Amino acid sequence: MDKHVSETVTDFILNGDHVSATPIAGERLSETLRERLGARDVKIGCNAGDCGACTVLVDGDPVCACLMPAQQAAGRSVETLRGLAREDEITKRLSESFQNLGAAQCGICTPGMMTAAVALLRNTDGPNEEQVQDALGGVLCRCTGYRKIIDAVVAAGQAEVPMQAEGHAGESIRRLDGLGKVQGTEAFGDDVAPAGTLEVVVIRSPFPRAGFTFGDLDVFGKTAGVEAVLTAADVPGRNVFGVIPAFMDQPVFAEEEARFRGEAVAAVVATPEYARDFDPATFPVTWDERAAAQDVHAAMAPEAAQLHEGRDGNVMCGGFVQCGDARAAIAEADVTVEGSFRSGFVEHGYIEPEAGFAELVNGRVEIRACTQAPVMDLDSMEIILGIPRDQIRIIPTGVGGGFGSKLDISVQPYLALGALKTGKPVRICYSRTESMQSTTKRHPSDITLKIGATKDGKIMGFDFFGYFNTGAYASWGPTVANRVPVHASGPYQITDYRAESKGIHTNCPPSGAFRGFGVPQSAIAQESLFDELADKLGIDRLEFRINNALENNMPTVCGQVFEQGVGIKPCFEALRTAWDDERTAAETFNSNNDTLKRGVGIAGGWYGCGNTSLPNPSTIKSGIRTDGTVVLHQGAMDIGQGANTVISQIFATALGVPVAQLEIIGADTDVTPDAGKTSASRQTYVSGSASRLSGEAMRAQILARVNASEEAALTIGNGQIKVTDQGTEHVIDLSTLTADNEGYVLRAEETYDPPTKPLDENGQGIPYAQFGYAAHLVVVEVDTKLGTVKPLKFVAAHDVGKAINPMLVEGQVQGGIAQGLGMALMEEYLPGRTENLHDYLIPTIGDMPPVETHIIEEPDAHGPYGAKGLGEHVLIPTAPAILNAIKDASGVRLTQVPTTPSRVRAAIKDKNNGN
Amino acid sequence: MARFQLGTRTLDYFSPTTLDDAFDRLSAHNVNIVAGGTDFYPARPQGPLKSDLLDVTRIAGLSGITKTQDGWRIGAATRWSEVFRTDLPAAFAGLQASAREVGSLQIQNAGTVAGNLCNASPAADGVPPLLTLDAQVEIGSARGTRTIDLSDFITGVRKTDLHNDELVTAILLPELPMNARGAFEKLGSRRYLVISITMTASVIGLDANGRIDHARVAVGACSPVAQRLTALESDLLGKSLDQVEVTEAHLAPLSPIDDVRGSGEYRLDAVAEQCLRAIKQAGGENG
Repeated sequence: MDKHVSETVTDFILNGDHVSATPIAGERLSETLRERLGARDVKIGCNAGDCGACTVLVDGDPVCACLMPAQQAAGRSVETLRGLAREDEITKRLSESFQNLGAAQCGICTPGMMTAAVALLRNTDGPNEEQVQDALGGVLCRCTGYRKIIDAVVAAGQAEVPMQAEGHAGESIRRLDGLGKVQGTEAFGDDVAPAGTLEVVVIRSPFPRAGFTFGDLDVFGKTAGVEAVLTAADVPGRNVFGVIPAFMDQPVFAEEEARFRGEAVAAVVATPEYARDFDPATFPVTWDERAAAQDVHAAMAPEAAQLHEGRDGNVMCGGFVQCGDARAAIAEADVTVEGSFRSGFVEHGYIEPEAGFAELVNGRVEIRACTQAPVMDLDSMEIILGIPRDQIRIIPTGVGGGFGSKLDISVQPYLALGALKTGKPVRICYSRTESMQSTTKRHPSDITLKIGATKDGKIMGFDFFGYFNTGAYASWGPTVANRVPVHASGPYQITDYRAESKGIHTNCPPSGAFRGFGVPQSAIAQESLFDELADKLGIDRLEFRINNALENNMPTVCGQVFEQGVGIKPCFEALRTAWDDERTAAETFNSNNDTLKRGVGIAGGWYGCGNTSLPNPSTIKSGIRTDGTVVLHQGAMDIGQGANTVISQIFATALGVPVAQLEIIGADTDVTPDAGKTSASRQTYVSGSASRLSGEAMRAQILARVNASEEAALTIGNGQIKVTDQGTEHVIDLSTLTADNEGYVLRAEETYDPPTKPLDENGQGIPYAQFGYAAHLVVVEVDTKLGTVKPLKFVAAHDVGKAINPMLVEGQVQGGIAQGLGMALMEEYLPGRTENLHDYLIPTIGDMPPVETHIIEEPDAHGPYGAKGLGEHVLIPTAPAILNAIKDASGVRLTQVPTTPSRVRAAIKDKNNGN
Repeated sequence: MARFQLGTRTLDYFSPTTLDDAFDRLSAHNVNIVAGGTDFYPARPQGPLKSDLLDVTRIAGLSGITKTQDGWRIGAATRWSEVFRTDLPAAFAGLQASAREVGSLQIQNAGTVAGNLCNASPAADGVPPLLTLDAQVEIGSARGTRTIDLSDFITGVRKTDLHNDELVTAILLPELPMNARGAFEKLGSRRYLVISITMTASVIGLDANGRIDHARVAVGACSPVAQRLTALESDLLGKSLDQVEVTEAHLAPLSPIDDVRGSGEYRLDAVAEQCLRAIKQAGGENG
């Protein structure tokens, strides 16, 4: 007989327990697990089997829960991370090694990674690297660069627990927030809404440019299951948002014309049952497709439609830095090189799509969503909702990767408007395609560069021009336009310099912040031409860079002079041994192989930490309760990079207590002060400085109470503080102190703002208080017949001033390299074409070779304990190093990324007369 | 009809355990067949489900690889991971290698061999190796059973010869010469989880003098339907491995397109090299 299972019960074993559910026909197991059975540890990243985040074990075999009809689970055993972490010995060992080795960063892929690894470890004792890669190849990670995941699986059960000690600055302690990630209990954007919550579905333009008119929305709004329809008319405040006040231009809902494919025009708030079956194409709206300009040259053409009033020729804005006379110097130079370089849109590709939940609590709107910038979200919502700021609360959820795109608001206004209009709690989770269509991208670039040099290898003139496709709205485009001319020189001494950038509006998704703000694109041009220049001069490529490297007391192209902390030379010097050894090895390999050719490439980079010449404060608050609990209000969003740990380590160091003793309260606009946005590689430096000040201020208060010296040791707990000073012990009885309205008997709230100065019309000034420096070396193997490029090894040297947590530094380096590798070799977002994770490719665990990290510590005068930022520096040299290695291996200079096999092979054929 | 109204849920999920029940459902209803779900879900359009679902994974006898009197039988619902975990003759090495390249391990643990054929993607990893094994498709329905060549079964992009009341029940593979060995080459822009730019499967037999006496070469992602290069196969006979050449004429049946994964020109260029490698790899493992 048939098993007729519709509306009948599906029984199975979930994590050892008998469970029953009543999935409807076509329901995915992932949905049943998350929404009917509460297994929110099963993460959904793509709903198409492309990311593996939802991996669960069915009768022991890893499968994507998003691709399995729920009824197929009947009679089977389903295991998810939460259950495994509770019961399974292998999983417990793996949890330890994941934490010890820093294998979880944001944590969104961790449940998928760990369940896939458990299946491997159950069948394979002591797997090798290749076995791990084969077993985990179906799970994507965007943060870690995979190497620490491989190490953690190989080492499961044997990894040493890193020395916890005090957990002060300089110690490689585990992440303080790691346990929830390896046990699947951390709640991300889509994990907080109760099952059954109303859902918001956004209606988006299917065309890059289109006028539109709505049908009868009142009739539609009365459809059973529909609770509300939202359009621009429902925005009570101003229908506009943007991250830079002078350029705020993006509507929550387009009015009259949609300017890019995927732009929101309306939203439907409906029951989950309705939302599940709703096809947005059936929404009553009529589209009038209009001629669209999708690249910068089309957008600048006289016939192109203007996207925004007052931005003639679709020029959003530009940036300019000049010192000396670049063109005159080039005219006088002994040798010159020039080139044009192009790059496309790059998608952030975090595995967590934008998601959140909102409800009204005592008449106030509370928004829980993934974000990199809670207080900026609050700023935007105040404008959009037109209600007093104190009526809005932003409580960030866990963030499953950000990399810049979650700086801008996405789901927040739809959530808030939906909750306000219905008076009920609402949730939203973007589909992968919606996320890719509608959120910001890395700017496509179109760069021309000419560089001159003297015959003994000194740079003489540098003339740069770059167009950046900023898409339909400004977002962080002005920041890219400003940052690029400041950074396009690279970390080199150039006295005659001219760099100009222009951000151009097109009918494309808005380009915004993505790890490096345009600098990775300009570095491709600059570092590629440095190789060409060195070759033309007959000078070793590494020596050429060292000879021109910036040093202390030399002016940058902005005229800024650092008396300390310029660490690029030591970075390059750290590569010297590998540079010599790897080139010799490649030469030997190449003499024995005709088709496969190896090459070695190097590149450098620098990056200014914090906002460019703008105020950029962070505030960190701490308090001690009557019982002796030390509380740190840590508002620097941890999007996987490790701020929760690093900011706490700095505070613990400054106060003089073990980090494990801290109770950490995260970002929440009601209780935690603004630590600024997680952007511009500023958290370790700026929030870290505020944290240090807060810790020092707290310590000073305590010492002052008992008149103890700076050297005194503190022991805080059990309602008292013991101060041991030169053999004398003082005790402060905390119960004798008066608690404030937050329950703190002692508190310290401190703010730090980096010292910068505005840039003049030639870009001269003090754009950043500190820069961080980096140099990468890569060995690649090019299959000259197929055009494929396989990186075999990276050596990365990073000047971080002071590594607050060396393990997390390595994690940033490896993860950044993976993103730089993706940008160089495979990633290109094409609106309307690569809107999913099987057409848009990011590196898998099989694409990332080992990385040897050299941590350079040239202390910075401003950073906490000398620390500098790192997050963005890590991918700036990667792509140009790969391009230089491809040239070294195959003799072809690729000037467009990604260097897909098709493009590499075409270039090789071109060079070799068709062979 | 009320059952298709938005927001209502009266569609059925059938999970028969016998072929006859499945055939009855197929004859009586408009049903969508679902097996591993690995193509069903990604391809599912937004909006309500349009028809009942027929899950074929619990049908007795539909899974597993068995030796038959004159060859091998791969049950339609056999999962790809079972293909590479089963001990099979060397001629199947290309098929087994391709099984490891279907998506990821998660996909291989769910996706079925027949599903890969019925999905009829030009880039289906399973098709070229099955073509090199002279595969036939066994199709059942309440009307009876028929068997057709795989090359006749897939008729175009996303098109097959399967009728609404029919179900693929097995893939049948004849016994191949003892000396035949298979190979599979996949070209993609990354290591795992990648749709092929091009792929080539081969089955090569060498005689005692090292001359090719059995040759099958099939190419995927270079034409609407993956196909064997029969002119190349004929030219290979009698040659030693170091004499193998792949000419423009051999590739004439191919018509690769330009897409995000690569240009048509590139595909043609790469696939010539891939054919050489697949032939040499299959041949080189001899001995």
